[in-house]
Amino acid sequence: MAPTQSERPMTDLDSTPALRFRHVSKVFGNVRALDDVDFEVGRGEVHCLAGENGSGKSTLIKIITGVYVPEPGAEMEYSGKTEHAVTPNSARRHGIAVIWQDLALFGEMTVAENIAFETLLGNRPRPVSYKAMRDTAHRVLKLLNVDIDLEVRLNTLPIAQRQLVAIARALASDAQLIFMDEPTASLTQSETDALLSVVRTLSARGVAVVFVSHRLAEVLEISNRVTVLRDGKLVGVYPTAGMTQSRLTELMTGKTFDREVVARDTSANRPVLEVAHLTRAGEYQDISFTIRAGEVLGLTGLIGAGRTELGHTLFGMTRASSGSIRLEGRDLRQQSNRDAIANGISYVPEDRLTLGLVQQQSIADNLVMPILPQLSTALGLISRTKEDGLVGHWIRELSVKIGGPPDKVSTLSGGNQQRVVLAKWLATNPKVLVLDSPTVGVDVGARAGIFRIVRDLAEKGLAILLISDEVSEVHMNADRILHMVAGRIVAEYDPHKTPLDKLEAAVYA
Amino acid sequence: MLSFIRAYPTETKLLSVLVLLCLALSLSSDSFLTLGNFASLLNNYSVNVIWATGLLVVLIAGGIDISFAVGASVVQYLCVYAFVAIGGGNWAIGLVTAALFGIGLGLINAFLIHQFRIISIVVTISTFNVFFGLLMFFSSGRFLYNLPGWWSHRVALLQHQSADGTWAEITLPVGVMIAAMVATWFLIRHTTTGRQLYAFGDNPEGARRAGINIALMQAIAFGWCGMMGGIGGLMQAQIVKQVVPNALIGRELDVLAAVVLGGARLGGGRGSVLGCFLGVMLVAITQNGLNLLGVSPYAFKMVVGVIILIAISMSNVDLAELLKPKREGH
Repeated sequence: MAPTQSERPMTDLDSTPALRFRHVSKVFGNVRALDDVDFEVGRGEVHCLAGENGSGKSTLIKIITGVYVPEPGAEMEYSGKTEHAVTPNSARRHGIAVIWQDLALFGEMTVAENIAFETLLGNRPRPVSYKAMRDTAHRVLKLLNVDIDLEVRLNTLPIAQRQLVAIARALASDAQLIFMDEPTASLTQSETDALLSVVRTLSARGVAVVFVSHRLAEVLEISNRVTVLRDGKLVGVYPTAGMTQSRLTELMTGKTFDREVVARDTSANRPVLEVAHLTRAGEYQDISFTIRAGEVLGLTGLIGAGRTELGHTLFGMTRASSGSIRLEGRDLRQQSNRDAIANGISYVPEDRLTLGLVQQQSIADNLVMPILPQLSTALGLISRTKEDGLVGHWIRELSVKIGGPPDKVSTLSGGNQQRVVLAKWLATNPKVLVLDSPTVGVDVGARAGIFRIVRDLAEKGLAILLISDEVSEVHMNADRILHMVAGRIVAEYDPHKTPLDKLEAAVYA
Repeated sequence: MLSFIRAYPTETKLLSVLVLLCLALSLSSDSFLTLGNFASLLNNYSVNVIWATGLLVVLIAGGIDISFAVGASVVQYLCVYAFVAIGGGNWAIGLVTAALFGIGLGLINAFLIHQFRIISIVVTISTFNVFFGLLMFFSSGRFLYNLPGWWSHRVALLQHQSADGTWAEITLPVGVMIAAMVATWFLIRHTTTGRQLYAFGDNPEGARRAGINIALMQAIAFGWCGMMGGIGGLMQAQIVKQVVPNALIGRELDVLAAVVLGGARLGGGRGSVLGCFLGVMLVAITQNGLNLLGVSPYAFKMVVGVIILIAISMSNVDLAELLKPKREGH
């Protein structure tokens, strides 16, 4: 069993903790979501809260922010002050702020209003001072050392800047401890670096930050300590100095994963998809590559390199201005993604929450969506028998953990949703599968499961294009790796010959 | 200038279309560009603008109200009976009474929407039918002519005789319209409550998490819309000097179209008083122009419909982008 004590004494941090919670438990029905967890964050500390989905991280955050009431017996201290009943308002008064993954900002309002939003609150109407709001916003952005036009509407900004606005809003309301929930999920590498430097600035000013992220590399880079939860229990609190990704993964999952490179030589297999000199103005230029049967071709590069755009063209959603795509020796002329599906090309989008699934529909309905014609009877109605058989088959095949096929997709965890998306496209019986960032928002344990499926599919002869900006996952799972920069393929790597750190240095440079 | 265009893209576009339209009409008709014509346009459309300012607040808060025009008819009947009961009254009492009745009807909508978590379009279509049904049932379709003298007398605020001897006058409803516009502008631009309405319409979940009182938002939005509905009803009865139970039914769609034309978003979070005014005026001037040009009145609705379609499709074009000098190599 892992130690429950800090492995290294935290001298100055321990003296005045921004937050000290002890013996926190929470029971929902007959599920113990949290079981006697201690959590402590020092003043100005960058702390990571790690754990798989369902480990109790969000329950803990909701208790700290007063959304949930813990079971009796919990000791709650904010900056040394004991609280017995925390409400969202009292937590805010104690300087606790949460930046949710969806940011909870106001797209139609200006940047200044978003940052100084706190001053607009209250039931009693008061006059608004736009100048005071601009001054506040200006002051806070200056603290963060970032420059954003205060007068533009928020939804004209890229997501990375909105993130900074959300942080600025927390600071403007005098936050002493900011929780950040997956703050880098949709940021590029350079944007992530900028965010991490803002976090360091906050920390230097005595503001504590609790990071919740699935990206272990940046967790280890930025934080002082990490608290690991598993199945609602505290695994331990560890200093990040000397911690490795694989050790942290083990702590989070309780299992060991081999991080071995699995690349095989598939150069003797028959080519399935051949792309030659493919160009689409402003998106990608002169792209040539071949994917063979049973091959997993990795495509990596920073966000904005044109990877997703290339995927869209392969899937018939956009058309290349020149160049050719050949599938099993036949030239493809695709007018739409319906053509691509008919040709046997499937595409699993990056943003599965909005593009890959209809959240409010059942698992079964989602699964059969692209293959409804195959399920129809002579009269053009949907055959329930065929549907049930098919849905059952894929749920077993990909071991999706569900209550039942009629459940809404929104009830599933990230990893299981990703499996449903995969199943949906596999049901179309494709020859080529394009996977765009398949593990965004999926936790470590579930990732391994998804890549096991990808491997199995390749073994069965599918040609797979794996697009991802997480170099380590491409390195581990692809047979060959293409590196894309600013719309061009600049290099090809063999995972056996190029070690991960070299590859990462090349891509993140 | 450029910053105004960027902050109010729809309003700028609407304004330029209006200017072009006025230019074209003044060239093709002698009677268009006269003081008298503009004064009567303002007099005739002031009620729609009053209603538009009310509906604007509901749209900003992310809702919609179908019931306010029928609600205004209800307020007219209630007012007639109330004034008879108190033996007359005056403008001050009249405005306050109409506003209070209107707020009452609006709060019924807000209560149903908030308490039972029903979307506003469903609630207000229901109350639209209930209001209208009750009105027809209790009035048996009777017109009322026994309006107190102060109510039915024409009140001119400004008069001017042109050289050719024609009179142009601005009447009370225009004054009330201006007051409604200023009040609404102040509410939504310059009070914390108004900004909360924008935030609530824009991102209800974000607003709720930030601690905005959702019930209060609904009450203010629909209360404001009801209040403007009632005041607009009072003004409409003053213009026509009678109360007719089915006189206002259908007007809600004209007003809704004008407000959306003016840049308010059905999804909430966007819209301005200036846009409302311009939206109503675009429809008004189009109809006026068709009239002056001798086009058959039966074609009006069609032309107005097409104008709305064109204007709404145009609103996706970014004017500020077009005006900006093109950057090299980008």
